[in-house]
Amino acid sequence: MFQPRSIQSSLSIKDKLFSIDYVLVVSILILGITSMFAMYSTDGGEFKYHTESHILRFFVFFFMFIILSFVQIRFWHSTSYLIYFVFLILLIGVKYFGLTSSGSQRWLNFYFMNLQPSELMKIGLILFLAKYYHRVPIESINKMKFLFLPIFVLIFPVLLVVMQPDLGTAILIGLGGVVVAWLAGVRAKFFAYSFLFFIALLPLAISFLKPYQKARILTFLNPEKDPLGAGYQIIQSKIAIGSGGLFGKGFLNGSQSYLDYLPEKHTDFIFTLFSEEFGFFGSVFILLLYGLIVSRIVRIGNMTRSNFGKLYCYSFATAFFIYVVVNMGMVLGLLPIVGSPLPIMSYGGSSMMAIMLGLGITMSCKVYKDMPVN
Amino acid sequence: MFSSGSGNTVIKSKLISRRMFLLSVSKAIVVVGVLGRLITLQINESSKYKTLSDKNRFREWKLAPERGVIKDFFNQEIASNKQVYQIHLIPENTQSIEETFFRLKTILKISDSKIFSLKKKIAKQKPWEPIIISDNLNWSEFSRINLFLHELQGVEPIVSVARLYKDNSSAHILGYVSQVSAKDLKNKKYLKDMSVPGMAVGKTGLERRLDKEIIGEVGFQRYEVNAYGKRIKQIKVDPGTAGKSFKTTLDLEVQKYTSEILADKAASVCVMDIYNGDIISLVSSPSYDPNAFVHGVEQSYWNSLVSNERKPLINKAVSGLYPPGSTIKTLVALSALENKVIRPLDTVKCTGKIELFGEKFHCWKKKGHGIMNMRSGIKRSCDVYFYEVARRLGVDRLSETAKKFGLGKRVLQDFVEERSGVVPSTSWKKKYVGQNWYLGETLHSGIGQGYFQSTPIQLCLMTAQIANGGFEIKPRILFDKTKNNLKDYLKFKNENPGQPLPADLLVSNFDLKPLFKNQENIKIVKDAMYSSSNEPGGTSYRSRLEDKRFTFAGKTGSSQIRKFTEAQREAEVKQEQLKYKNRDHALFIAFAPVSDPKYAISVVVEHGGTGSKAAAPIAKKVIKKVLERHDLRQSIKNLSGDSI
Repeated sequence: MFQPRSIQSSLSIKDKLFSIDYVLVVSILILGITSMFAMYSTDGGEFKYHTESHILRFFVFFFMFIILSFVQIRFWHSTSYLIYFVFLILLIGVKYFGLTSSGSQRWLNFYFMNLQPSELMKIGLILFLAKYYHRVPIESINKMKFLFLPIFVLIFPVLLVVMQPDLGTAILIGLGGVVVAWLAGVRAKFFAYSFLFFIALLPLAISFLKPYQKARILTFLNPEKDPLGAGYQIIQSKIAIGSGGLFGKGFLNGSQSYLDYLPEKHTDFIFTLFSEEFGFFGSVFILLLYGLIVSRIVRIGNMTRSNFGKLYCYSFATAFFIYVVVNMGMVLGLLPIVGSPLPIMSYGGSSMMAIMLGLGITMSCKVYKDMPVN
Repeated sequence: MFSSGSGNTVIKSKLISRRMFLLSVSKAIVVVGVLGRLITLQINESSKYKTLSDKNRFREWKLAPERGVIKDFFNQEIASNKQVYQIHLIPENTQSIEETFFRLKTILKISDSKIFSLKKKIAKQKPWEPIIISDNLNWSEFSRINLFLHELQGVEPIVSVARLYKDNSSAHILGYVSQVSAKDLKNKKYLKDMSVPGMAVGKTGLERRLDKEIIGEVGFQRYEVNAYGKRIKQIKVDPGTAGKSFKTTLDLEVQKYTSEILADKAASVCVMDIYNGDIISLVSSPSYDPNAFVHGVEQSYWNSLVSNERKPLINKAVSGLYPPGSTIKTLVALSALENKVIRPLDTVKCTGKIELFGEKFHCWKKKGHGIMNMRSGIKRSCDVYFYEVARRLGVDRLSETAKKFGLGKRVLQDFVEERSGVVPSTSWKKKYVGQNWYLGETLHSGIGQGYFQSTPIQLCLMTAQIANGGFEIKPRILFDKTKNNLKDYLKFKNENPGQPLPADLLVSNFDLKPLFKNQENIKIVKDAMYSSSNEPGGTSYRSRLEDKRFTFAGKTGSSQIRKFTEAQREAEVKQEQLKYKNRDHALFIAFAPVSDPKYAISVVVEHGGTGSKAAAPIAKKVIKKVLERHDLRQSIKNLSGDSI
């Protein structure tokens, strides 16, 4: 903290390379490679379709992650608001130019990929609030007038995403924001009030839900009620995971998956497929890998000196953890089906891009851990 | 406002770390929760989910087993199986049921009503369960379907096996098979796991009696299927077990021959081995085509069967009830001798009628027979003689003898449609009619009229038991090697009088039960029957067979449908002049050959007129045929290992 700025900004390439958290990098690589096998299995042992593009995406964004690791932390701090606004504009763009698929308008068509700005917003909101709370003096954090802006920047994108409609992503974006505010020291009382307020608003919110969203919540409460209809996904997912047993059915042998009983197996239910083929040990392996990744991100947060870095790393680690847990909770039948991808494992470019962006910023917190941001 | 001193930054950093610590604790709790859930699903409840997963994966299609065949005594198949061409439809594999039916209609002849009923059936069952569109296509239709198969998704050409009856002569004994009905499923427990499309069950006759064993065991094809029900690969095939085959005591040749003789008459013939009770022939006429039922009977054919006044669907040999008429005179005579109410040479004078109890009783011969004794009374079937015998005997003693010889109860246990008839007695009348017995009714009973009701098979059994010397036999239609040593026993007794029985004749299941008090009485009745068929003046003399090998002894009978009015009697109205419905039933019973009796026969021709004219000539032909085949039958009997 008291080191001269020049030292930090004049790190040699060698220093930078040394300061990268290789445990994190290797964990991400292992996860990526694991995901390739899982993806290969979803197509019944075919490289075409999903596996090919998943591998391509993983390596492109992994490369991006490494590059971003060397961008100075100062840059991220100074452009945080800008990044948020760019993502917000993209999100607004979705409303007017977005592609609609299965009843939901989520994507923007760029010629090389269909971008889902809501995924990027998960990172954008954390960045924005990390910077905001980094700058708000500690004694002012719980003052009313300093609460309005965070509430606004949180609610606005969340509402946009809810209207797409994409309830799952909206909740995950919102949770990410809430986590930053919590870490920054916003009083627990405030969260309690907001929560009560939210509960009070729930009946109103439910009336705005699409019928299929209502069905999903009801289904979660009692999936066996309509086993061939709305409860189908969750029942089949539980059957797949449960029938995997201790050691699994073996690679490419997940009958639930290759006989198409498993829905959305490339995306939200990729963990189910993996669990069916590799059993309890496979599931625990994935769980440990995610645990390691999260703890490495937290460790970087511990090491980084700026509160911006700390807030960002802790929030991202927690958000990452939430993404994993919500996805697993969903496929294990602990949470309603809300459509949330499993980071890095699930098929989907935007999600991969957002996670790699998040990891890149994290890593730059590590590389430039002693650099003051302002 | 946004400037922050280093002190503040440190405080803030500590706050963040504190809060992060709280978050980490809750994360740990959540991870434990997820882990716990994984343990529950993948370890504790794994076997449950494995079962569920297999339930998803595998789907079984049941296969109808091949029905066992039914053979005659000479191992000729009388109910066999044939290949049939069918098309099945699996609704969930079609792109559109409507289109598929439309397409099928252009290829095959399927009526709109049939399509309507098929659609109704489809709506009731699971979409992957096949439904039979057409179960008996000819080759050209079948090949046409195969040609267009690529346009008919979900349609499957199937080569299956169905029942085939080679001729109609045994239709009533065999019965027929047809599609399982809801009622069958409810009443027959063995059908519980056998709901296979195309499965046929026995509805009547032996097909029904043997159904449980002859139907076989259902097989299955197990496929791995994907979520859309598409078969991915075959895992296992069990073709099922063909049903057990059965051998009967029938002689198909005799069946065919008899059935040709009876042609369109409403009649029945029953031929029985007098020593072991084997039923050689049991024909009911007119017959029907049992094959017409296998794939569901057509309404028009069904209507023609039901509306036919000669009742082709009824097995007259076991379900037809007729007053035994004069054929009962054999038993009346026997009973009278046994009870010593008359001696064979005691005479009665027949003047054509007698008056008793203030009622006139007529003999069939208006002028009367003159002086009658027992032999001539039976020979000429004199009613007046038997009025007198019956009067002395009384109905209850007659009833006792008649029951002993098999009247009034079911002969075979194989047919639910068999009826037991009526042997009247004073107590019977009290119980079922609710009135006291009139003496006049004894006289009617003495000539087999009035309340008497018997089936042709009962009359045949009665004759057989007289012919074999008065021993009880148990008639049977399913072949059985055992329990047929009555003949050996009698042979041994005749050849070695007074000697102890050898061990092989003392088998435990052989129960020799004499039906007489004095066997001499049986001989008297048999001799009288001989005279009736072979001496001039006998009622069936005209139908006699002079060749010693075939000579039979018989008794005619005709059972009145309605009483002659005095006017008709005066006018000497002949049976042929009456309306078909009002003519008497013609009956004839006999055993043959006289020198060494082997078979008994009963013939009943509904509304045939008199026994001597309508029934005896039929018996004559059948007896000859049966005796001609006797040696052949014996040679089969001696073959060992022929037990099915």
